[in-house]
Amino acid sequence: MSLTMPLPEPEIMAARDDIVARLQAILKPSSVIHLARELSPYECDALTMYRQTPLVVVLPETVEEVAAVMRLAAELNVKVVPRGSGTSLSGGSLPLADGILLGMSKFNRILDVDFENRCARVQPGVTNLAITKAVEHRGFYYAPDPSSQIACSIGGNIAENAGGVHCLKYGLTTNNVLGVEMVLIGGEIVRLGGRHLDSEGYDLLGLVTGSEGLLGVITEVTVRILQKPETARGVLLGFSSVKAGADCVAAIIAAGIIPGGMEMMDKPAIDAAEAFKPCGYPEDAQGLVIVELDGTAAEVDHLCGEVAKIAEAAGATSIRTSNSDAERIGFWFGRKNAFPAVGAIGPDYLCMDGTIPRGRLAEVLTGMGALAAEHGLRVANVFHAGDGNLHPLILYDAAIPGDIEKAEAFGADILRLCVAVGGVLTGEHGVGVEKRDLMGEMFDSVDLGQQERVKCAFDENHRLNPGKVFPTLHRCAEMGFMHVRSGDLPFPEIPRF
Amino acid sequence: MARTVHAPRDEADLAALVASARETRAPLAVEGRGTRRALGRPVEAPATLSTADLSGITLYEPAELVMTARAGTSLAEIRATLASANQELAFDPIEHTALLGHDAGSTTIAAAFALNASGPRRPKIGAARDHLLGFRAVNGLGETFKSGGRVMKNVTGFDLSKLVCGSWGTLAVLSEVTFKVMPAPETTETIAVFGLDDEAAGRLMREASGLPQEVDAFAHLPAGADGPFSHVATTLLRLDGPPVSVASREADLVARFKALGQIEILGEDDSRRAWTDLREAGPIARRPGAIWRISLAPSDGPKLVAALRARELPLAGWFYDWVGGLVWLALEPEAGPQAGPVRAEVDRLGGHATLIRAGELVRGVDDVFHPQPAPLAALAARVKRAFDPDGILSPGRMTKGA
Repeated sequence: MSLTMPLPEPEIMAARDDIVARLQAILKPSSVIHLARELSPYECDALTMYRQTPLVVVLPETVEEVAAVMRLAAELNVKVVPRGSGTSLSGGSLPLADGILLGMSKFNRILDVDFENRCARVQPGVTNLAITKAVEHRGFYYAPDPSSQIACSIGGNIAENAGGVHCLKYGLTTNNVLGVEMVLIGGEIVRLGGRHLDSEGYDLLGLVTGSEGLLGVITEVTVRILQKPETARGVLLGFSSVKAGADCVAAIIAAGIIPGGMEMMDKPAIDAAEAFKPCGYPEDAQGLVIVELDGTAAEVDHLCGEVAKIAEAAGATSIRTSNSDAERIGFWFGRKNAFPAVGAIGPDYLCMDGTIPRGRLAEVLTGMGALAAEHGLRVANVFHAGDGNLHPLILYDAAIPGDIEKAEAFGADILRLCVAVGGVLTGEHGVGVEKRDLMGEMFDSVDLGQQERVKCAFDENHRLNPGKVFPTLHRCAEMGFMHVRSGDLPFPEIPRF
Repeated sequence: MARTVHAPRDEADLAALVASARETRAPLAVEGRGTRRALGRPVEAPATLSTADLSGITLYEPAELVMTARAGTSLAEIRATLASANQELAFDPIEHTALLGHDAGSTTIAAAFALNASGPRRPKIGAARDHLLGFRAVNGLGETFKSGGRVMKNVTGFDLSKLVCGSWGTLAVLSEVTFKVMPAPETTETIAVFGLDDEAAGRLMREASGLPQEVDAFAHLPAGADGPFSHVATTLLRLDGPPVSVASREADLVARFKALGQIEILGEDDSRRAWTDLREAGPIARRPGAIWRISLAPSDGPKLVAALRARELPLAGWFYDWVGGLVWLALEPEAGPQAGPVRAEVDRLGGHATLIRAGELVRGVDDVFHPQPAPLAALAARVKRAFDPDGILSPGRMTKGA
């Protein structure tokens, strides 16, 4: 691995004991973790190939404590890295040797469920799935469902703008959040949004969602909850090629049908899933499409018929429609096991996360095959077909010297290919450190400069989660950003409009 | 104020114009076709920069649900092109035609995003900000930049699309927008329930919003609102989808709510007309005096109106959209201080109020947009400077002096 992070500041490293003591003075002693053996669980998130022991870990319990940590960090000029459940696949919460790791795990309470206004106010450490669990007895759920939903926190979901398999119809995190409370780098506590729709002034809520912990620390979240669809049915389609499957997906959408979920797997992924635990997928299929339709019974029955007709016209080699919930869940079985299944044959795998215009799928898969041969590695593909989000799983063996580097180089080439056909580097996992150095493939220096100036508006000294998202850090002053305290303009006598 | 009007023909011209305005520190009033100058605060600028001549759809792939268009492309052109493939702009942007008198379809696609315009289906389907996938724009430094992309799922870099939506041209001049489009529903019908007061209608809408019958829009017009339902209070529930689906949901809902009041079904044409008129605030738009648009939690909509009536504010008309969470309010002209009491009640409940129509003098003095707490206002000012450090783009449009 070759990842350059901001160099630790020697004066901060030297002042570690003092920083720990100052933190202990403002937090409960048990909320400050500083012994080496206790720090090791925090040295990475779910992108385990990069590790770094943090300077110190703090686990505050109240927003006032978070604000106090931020004020102290400002006073001592120490960097801060926020962390939710540590399930980031892009290294979004990778610690810094000279930074305070600010863990939000103690913010684990559901504060208020407002069924009448279809929203829930929760603390950021609550898991994604726990929100659904708290409202399902009344027939509601929280829509975004990243695959890590059992563990990932809603605060982390905000930071990463987490997705899931139902995004095409129900949106990403950003479309399902109504408000947040947030602590800024200087310790100010601000509230964005609330229980109402849309924002007053600039949509800072929309900006903060997906900002990967670079703009503030989320301390409270209000999400929308939706009523569960009356029913859901699945249609399992086999195709003689991935292209035929992709064409069918396009035809379904062109016919005006927006399924609740629409997933695709290629032959290597199907084989891996079958080998892992038999799931009854059609043996001869080179491409498999799972379509889930949800809504009222009359609508779902009607749409299942329409999808079957479209699939037949698109040359599906097998079509099965679920007649029970057990059968529908069975269709998902292999897809949901795809990652561990690939892991079982790997023995290691690297999960990529590009999004492409769906129409370019066949071309991208062909290109990916050529790259696989070039790099001498295998790849299996699962694909959120409805929204074009591709998860190539690159198989490698960490025990073989050089294999990790080969896998990373292959992954970077795949993402370059995604960008070249009009796609993007990451659909739902975030840039973090993993794709940071590829940002130049998608954005030029002016594009990145504009984003960096937005960062400067929140954090002019780059103390909040530096080293993530942006390939190079420019000093804010160097970028022509005017330094302004508390909204006071320099030279107030000069008229400005 | 008579202004010089610049209407660049391409993006390079646009960037050059902004750069030269910055050189001379001569601010620009940014607009599309200029139909909505009377909204927001008046801009303090000697020249106008219009994107009306940057026009045309540059990419449309119906099966990918995506369209790219230059900033000045009219909504009429966008809608017609989408209709040819049975698709639509699902966020259904308000054009302010009933309020300001211009023709439907004459506003531009970039303005729909710059104003974060949305319509009655907002609670279900999202606002403009939920549909903008990416854009190209020129910032206040005269630099051309892009953000986002053309795919549905994208978390690469900051989501600047959200920021430019609702920024009223004060952060950057959009030159091209790429947005999500959706299949048009096969049919649409509306259940009208008559005779409910505001409280009862609010309860009905909130109950309906939690049912699996998936109502697509919810509104309530008190008796006396302008339009076909002026004679009786009318609660409207919109149902979109394939005919078989609409029929079954409609039957379920009618069975559920028939005890509450007399019910009538509006067929497709009446339904479309009713919701277009609601989107444009038709039920109160033609009343004299000030018009407010207020967003709150759905259960707080009727509470707000009750509180304002208790304060004896001279209400000239009102109606509810968004399950009760969007209140359109008309106040009699010249009847003493109004903004203070309206904002105080909105602050008490939580939400924001926008003064949509008032005289230019009032708009220049009062806050048009809801004032923000000091730390947020300071943050917003820093964000503005991150795009436009010299205050070239539409100064004063959203906030006095910025």
